[in-house]
Amino acid sequence: MFLYYLRLSALSYRRNPILSSLMVMAVAIGVGAYMVIFTLNFVMGGDPIPQKSDQLFHVQLDSGNPNTQDDPPKQLTYLDATALIQANSAYRETATSKISGILEPEGDGIRPFSIVGRGAFADFFPMFNTPFLYGDGWDQSADRDLQQVAVLTKELNERLFGGADSTGETVRLHGNNFQIVGVLDDWAPVPKFYDINNGAFDGSEEIFIPWNLIIPLDFPRNGNTNCWKTPEAGPDGFLNSECVWIQYWVELRSGDDEAEYLQFLNNYAAQQKEFGRFPREMNNALFNVEEWLMKEEVLPNETKILSALAAMLLAVCLLNTIGLLLSKFLGKSGEIGVRQALGAHKGSLFLQHVIEAGFIGLLGGILGLAIAAAGLEGVKVLLGDNLMITDWIHLNPTVVAITLVLAVLATIFAGFYPIWRACSINPAIHLKTQ
Amino acid sequence: MEIGPILRALSRNKLGVILISLQIAFTMTVMVNAVFIINERSKLMARPSGLDEPNTFYLSSTGFGDQFNSQVTERDDLELLRNTPGVIDATPINAIPISGSGSSDGLRIENDPTLPATPAAVYFTDEHSVNTMNLTLIAGENFSASDMTYQSSNERRYYRKAIVTLALAEKLFPEEGLAAVGKSFYRDQAPVQIVGIVERLQAPWPNSFFVEQAMLVPLNFTDATSTYLIRTEPGQRDRLMVEIEETLAGNNPDRIIRGLKSLQETREESYRLDSSMATILLVVIVTLVFITSMGIVGLAVFGINRRRKQIGTRRALGATQLQILRYFMLENFFVSGVGVSIGAVLTIAFSIALSSLFEMPTMDWYYTPIGMLLLIAIGQIAVLGPSARAAQIQPAIATRSI
Repeated sequence: MFLYYLRLSALSYRRNPILSSLMVMAVAIGVGAYMVIFTLNFVMGGDPIPQKSDQLFHVQLDSGNPNTQDDPPKQLTYLDATALIQANSAYRETATSKISGILEPEGDGIRPFSIVGRGAFADFFPMFNTPFLYGDGWDQSADRDLQQVAVLTKELNERLFGGADSTGETVRLHGNNFQIVGVLDDWAPVPKFYDINNGAFDGSEEIFIPWNLIIPLDFPRNGNTNCWKTPEAGPDGFLNSECVWIQYWVELRSGDDEAEYLQFLNNYAAQQKEFGRFPREMNNALFNVEEWLMKEEVLPNETKILSALAAMLLAVCLLNTIGLLLSKFLGKSGEIGVRQALGAHKGSLFLQHVIEAGFIGLLGGILGLAIAAAGLEGVKVLLGDNLMITDWIHLNPTVVAITLVLAVLATIFAGFYPIWRACSINPAIHLKTQ
Repeated sequence: MEIGPILRALSRNKLGVILISLQIAFTMTVMVNAVFIINERSKLMARPSGLDEPNTFYLSSTGFGDQFNSQVTERDDLELLRNTPGVIDATPINAIPISGSGSSDGLRIENDPTLPATPAAVYFTDEHSVNTMNLTLIAGENFSASDMTYQSSNERRYYRKAIVTLALAEKLFPEEGLAAVGKSFYRDQAPVQIVGIVERLQAPWPNSFFVEQAMLVPLNFTDATSTYLIRTEPGQRDRLMVEIEETLAGNNPDRIIRGLKSLQETREESYRLDSSMATILLVVIVTLVFITSMGIVGLAVFGINRRRKQIGTRRALGATQLQILRYFMLENFFVSGVGVSIGAVLTIAFSIALSSLFEMPTMDWYYTPIGMLLLIAIGQIAVLGPSARAAQIQPAIATRSI
């Protein structure tokens, strides 16, 4: 029966090709445009690490300015980050921050170039489920003993070693030799949840080194630094200052862990208050990945505004489709009259037209996919290379499925009134004039 | 006029009226708000930075290894740059206007850290900055070479003099105007004297609320990385960008040259989101107007085809072609009227929602009436073709059976 109705739909399309094509186009444009914006929202507002987003917590210690009343700082001071690491809690945790440096490749083939890297602790890699192409992250002993080890990204490994397994090789960064222990596979979470201070949609850093080396090897910091109080004079002034520049993450597997860790933070803050730091009222915070991204509103306002506008565009297209379906189905009154007179049940007539509307919706959805794909390419071109990583801007399987379902359901929904009108005609009138 | 019959006919086809008027209403809401957003963004993009943007570029030098001496390198580089034919001036600077990254400070007119501070962008640079940036010094004077201090960027920063923008001077010392020259403000509990006021210089963050509040400070960092801002004579920029990069990269093996970029490229990148938004909105507007016009045409054709016999009868009874045309144009006018009335309400509601949710400015009053007129015009144009076809229907059709 279904196939028969489907064939009738195709026949009906051919009988009225202009009207039917207009409908398919209206559905395609509406759904296509909507899916472009939906994809942006879906990925940019999505969960970058769904397996663990409720276990990874962003740490905030309120070391802020007593004369303002804003949220606690988004990053930690050097004093606090090192103190938390040294407290050596039972959980996986990492302090991390961006660095930059000059990388001097061996041999004369490639000139030295500047590179953005990240200091991290051994736990960084297992915590964030980073995929490895070769080797692995470093051990905690490397953090403790200040071993000069490094993890490269796939691109950097490509550039320096032609993509070969480079573990065991050395690389010269900022005037120091680092032994390569691992090479990451493609890894660029969107949003870049572990450091939204420096571009929530930026790509990953190219090289990772033990964070403990940043100060002893005098690496230039490369990222947001905020000071509410100017550092004291002298070489250690900055390290002992209230300047925040370090992100801190901890992996907590249960609510108990979370409560315990927050208690630990509060105890630490209370202790610091005794030393005259932390002048504000205690307000330390733990947010898991989703809460943190939500709180920091990483989704740009532009995409939110566009999704409202795209929804209205879709509404206009569907209103259009209702009008066109009405014309089409009322034009079929004669045929419906004949079928009814021959004994067709109202239910089966209804089903036939639902399938016909769904058929048009499906065609519109398929064409809509093409429009969405083209639209996303267009957005990628518009955004260019430097604003953010745009590799993720393409149709993904979820979006394809949603597009097709949305197109079919929306068209059927739009068709309800026209179908009802068409099926409730009086067959006698239409038979008379045949 | 056939207003009575038109309204009666429309009241018998309520759904058609609702469908078209809702389409027009939504189209108007999207169109008017989108045009407003586009205009707002273009206004933002049109704000001048204060610099001679077409003739300015910058690059960074980063040294490495034990042989590298940043102060000597910087001195030699600047001397070379300033003596290059075609270069008007060059200055070392810690941040580039419009680029999105820089440094800011909180300023107070009294030495009391509990008072609210006035934020300002700080450019750490030297006495060549005013000339390199092509700023207009409207009061006071420039720094002199003896004002310069040098220190590492990680140390506590000391500076005692500043050249501020007029906007910053007015913010700190309201109603004093240019008389703010010579006065001091406090930063980090130490006084800084305003030695000069420039007409305009933007902060590095185009979206910041204090984008016009910036100052120049005679302080230079001794770090391994130096950034040079370079102004060239008109037409020389592109040639010099290539030549200077080559010269600097070649004359010292212990450093690399990176980040070569013109200020125009920087502006384009910084406003990329705004310009992309404008383009996307433009596509949305064109698509919507197209779809809505198609809808109007489609339903008009449908309505006319259903009434072919009536039209023929009217013609046979003496109605002129012009009267038939006028009938359908008027019909569309009424439907559009309902649409733009609903649209006006939706437009204003949506604009209020946008401005309260996203801290956007409120729409000027004239957007809505212009949008209404425009959509009525679009409707009339869309229905013109079908109405003209309707007017062509022969009176003889009245005598034929269906």
